[in-house]
Amino acid sequence: MSTIVRDYSIPANDFTIAGEASSSVRKLLSQLGVSPDVVKRTSIAMYEAEINAVIHGNGGKAHVEIDESKIYICISDEGPGIADLDLAMQEGYSTAPDSIREMGFGAGMGLSNIKKNSDILYIETEINKGTKVNITVFFSK
Amino acid sequence: MEQEYFHSVTLNTAKCKGCTNCIKHCPTEAIRVRSGKAVIIKERCIDCGVCIRVCPYHAKKAVTDSLDTIENYSYKIALPAPSLYGQFGPNYSRERIVLALKQFGFDYVFEVARAAEIVTNASENYMKSKNIKKPVISSACPAVVRFIQIRFPNLIDNLLKIESPMEVAAALSKQEVHEKFGIPIEKMGVFFISPCAAKVTSIKAPYENIKSNVDVVLSIKDIYLPLLDIMKKQGEITKEPFSLSSAIGVAWASSGGESGAIKEGRRIAVHGIHNVNDILEQVVQRGLDNIDFIEALACPEGCLGGPLTVENPFIAKENLKTEIEKIRKDQAHKVPRTENVDEFVWKSKVEYRPIMKLDDDMMKALEKMQMIDEITEGLYDLDCGACGAPSCRALAEDIVRGIAKETDCIFKLREKVNIIANQLHQIDRS
Repeated sequence: MSTIVRDYSIPANDFTIAGEASSSVRKLLSQLGVSPDVVKRTSIAMYEAEINAVIHGNGGKAHVEIDESKIYICISDEGPGIADLDLAMQEGYSTAPDSIREMGFGAGMGLSNIKKNSDILYIETEINKGTKVNITVFFSK
Repeated sequence: MEQEYFHSVTLNTAKCKGCTNCIKHCPTEAIRVRSGKAVIIKERCIDCGVCIRVCPYHAKKAVTDSLDTIENYSYKIALPAPSLYGQFGPNYSRERIVLALKQFGFDYVFEVARAAEIVTNASENYMKSKNIKKPVISSACPAVVRFIQIRFPNLIDNLLKIESPMEVAAALSKQEVHEKFGIPIEKMGVFFISPCAAKVTSIKAPYENIKSNVDVVLSIKDIYLPLLDIMKKQGEITKEPFSLSSAIGVAWASSGGESGAIKEGRRIAVHGIHNVNDILEQVVQRGLDNIDFIEALACPEGCLGGPLTVENPFIAKENLKTEIEKIRKDQAHKVPRTENVDEFVWKSKVEYRPIMKLDDDMMKALEKMQMIDEITEGLYDLDCGACGAPSCRALAEDIVRGIAKETDCIFKLREKVNIIANQLHQIDRS
């Protein structure tokens, strides 16, 4: 079975580069003939997770695996971790500083947006160790 | 009925040196150099005209109809794009240019700028409707619409579903001439005077698969000198009852014209196809729901920067500004409110064209992608273009698609030659 694997590094505090990984994944999925709707959901979920790693996680890594039925994305960082995951999942809840909000990010929609757009979302987080956001999107339901 | 993949942008093989300028700049990676000449991959080309602009040997051109075509019709209607007014400088007013078109041989002139105002009205109504996807993306530039069709299928629903000013002008001019003079529609020839190649393609091969109302496309470049000659001999012009547009329609020629005319919401004007790509990328990822309207034009500075124009776009912009200020002072020009704007809403759908897809079968596509990954791994990441593809990965894709081979890469070729040379050396010594 063919699996396409990609690894990207996500630099800290650099909004100009943030989004490159999800953009490149979007191109891969289009080349594979994945339907635009699924490409869109994947793209949004991955972008939000990437941005989270930039804002909160001091940068990190993106690992992507694509096979014929699904795409699995793992965005990991070694940042402060999420203290209250249930609270963080709520729409509008954000710990982003004002400087980030002024740039149009940090509206507290990130995690809930990821959840909305992915089929499986599994978050591993540990205080002062880091966070791993595991996203799976299936190509057909 | 679809003339699949007709393109205005074509190659003059005799002039092409086979350099890498065009392949590196093409926004859809639609050009390859094969056997020393550029080849356009037709299904990928969006007629944006970037290659025409960057080719140092002028080997890329846009095909338009010749000026003689005017003889083929008994009643000729000219539709000057507003960008025409920016070409001639402060001594040549819009009135002069319109008069010159008549003296050139047109029976009637219907300014595309007039239609642009109707499209502005229609756009304002459209922006107020409930079930639209924001940001609304302007559809006036056919190169941008085609770009979205192949690269941003998710944004097709964001397109402003209103006919372009050119199409509206063509339909209205026929109607107007018929009502005024009783001329039968089939006797009329509608001539669009165009700054751009993409418009030619959208007339000869419309993406909506509906026949265009425009019959002939002339380039601004071709008609420029004849018009200038006529204007030089014009003398004092009499006040003919031209039905001219207001400043709003004329401003459409320049970047910011269309978005500036719509009075509500947060609007941005993006020009240059690579800038358009960046903003569309952002819409896909970030949503940009705090922006209501995106004016997206493929050419730098908008239509004034079109590949079929004559004047430098920045000078043309100043020329146009002078004209616009003059119109604004003149109280006679008022924006007409058109009520029945609904008739200009798109009647057909613009569809996704998944031409970047590697294979219809997902499994095979995955296998191909894996092969592309492996081949790319073995290449040198220089993206030099010497192989004729715009990047190493594009070459790898071409190899897997069966239209190129690994030794097209000169560094791979050198590797192979070294191996053979070593083998010969071994034989020699044994």
